[in-house]
Amino acid sequence: MSSRTDSRKFKTISRRELLKLTPVVALGAFAIPRLQKPLLKTGLGFSDWVSARLFRSGHLAPTFADFSLTPFNQFPVNDYDVDDPEVDFDKWTLTVTGEVQKPGDYSLAQIQALPRFTQNTRHVCVEGWDVIGRFGGVRLSDFLKMIGADPTARFVTVECADDYYESLDMATAMHPQSLLCYEMYGQPLTREHGAPLRLSIPTKIGYKQAKYLTDLKVSHVLEKVGYWEDQGYSEFYGL
Amino acid sequence: MATRALEIEDVKTGEVTEAAYEHPFVVRLCHWANTVSLFVMVGSGFQIFRAFPSFGAKIPQKDLLNWPKAFALGGWLGGALQWHLTFMWIYIATGLLYIGYQIFSGNYKQVLFVRRDLPGVWPMVRHYFFFGPKPPVREAYNPLQKHAYTSAIGLGVLSVLTGFAIWKPVQFSWLAWLMGGFHLARLWHFLIMWAMLAFVFGHLVMVVLHGWSNFVSMLTGWKQDPEYRSE
Repeated sequence: MSSRTDSRKFKTISRRELLKLTPVVALGAFAIPRLQKPLLKTGLGFSDWVSARLFRSGHLAPTFADFSLTPFNQFPVNDYDVDDPEVDFDKWTLTVTGEVQKPGDYSLAQIQALPRFTQNTRHVCVEGWDVIGRFGGVRLSDFLKMIGADPTARFVTVECADDYYESLDMATAMHPQSLLCYEMYGQPLTREHGAPLRLSIPTKIGYKQAKYLTDLKVSHVLEKVGYWEDQGYSEFYGL
Repeated sequence: MATRALEIEDVKTGEVTEAAYEHPFVVRLCHWANTVSLFVMVGSGFQIFRAFPSFGAKIPQKDLLNWPKAFALGGWLGGALQWHLTFMWIYIATGLLYIGYQIFSGNYKQVLFVRRDLPGVWPMVRHYFFFGPKPPVREAYNPLQKHAYTSAIGLGVLSVLTGFAIWKPVQFSWLAWLMGGFHLARLWHFLIMWAMLAFVFGHLVMVVLHGWSNFVSMLTGWKQDPEYRSE
């Protein structure tokens, strides 16, 4: 079974085998400052591409019994600048623009006239914590129908009273559990949780669920993705 | 064990030694690419953990440990996630390639821990940890080694599954459910990493103890003077 060779030839064989491993050295490109950013952007982009493929319109996020709810006073408040952007509720409207048949300003009463849905779902923060909360509101899909959104449009973008902004892919916006939320735990939204209107999207990570909504736009292209996404976080981040 | 072997005649002294081809190319490639990706996954994982160093409620939050930033990769949560969500594909790809290659080449037979290896584990443990006599070496891997490497592959698979349960708790809700829920999946992911680090530590100690020719074999595939032939 053994064959024979001499030590010089064996060295050549060994060197050739070692050189075959050079593809591993290519990973060193990640250590080069000029290449690191674009490489990581590509990697994160690939993860987002996979995420979008894994998303199933008909697959519902788990819902929970009332006894599983995180007590309301333990539901964290995360902001990027202020807890309360001091929205004037009397003057508040949701301004709708973009690829819709009926753009304009919509009052809370107009939105609340749509069928109300309540669900106990998990809110997962990118930091690693999660809570189960009770969210009530109208389906974003119902609202999009009401405003006559172009069904071929690809994105829904929202802007907020605290200058936060976010976007959703149309498939997620049309998901039956995606809510324009005006209630938490059966009570009107409190200011720190995003009164008078926020997003509750149980198929997305927490930072997608913008609070204090003021504007909603339907579009074919995305000008800006979202506050955190534009800092380098995942653009799709579906759960 | 049908490992390819060579007799090598030294060109100067005429002395004849043996060498065995222990690690096929694909195994070596996967080993080193996976080493790099594991290093990145652990480093960025620690940075991600720093964002919420706890396993309970956010309010009130009790931090489990304050992991030093110097031993974390990515600089901030977003940066660490970029590393983690990029290198996880390399980690998975090298893992799948390794497992696929081992199965289709039949090479797994030299390293997969099976029932008949069981009786050999205790004598090896006695030898390594309690100064017992060294059991005779007949194969490239002794029973304890097989146990360690097979466990490491198991940990690798579990690290990916728990990771997916955390990354996609809705699409893979059944996976999170199997692990006892999202909370526990995150804890398992963390504990599996520590188990993997324990394996790496033991592995490195053994590499040092077994010397240079053993280390070189994972680079060139060839091990000179393998113990199991010289006896």
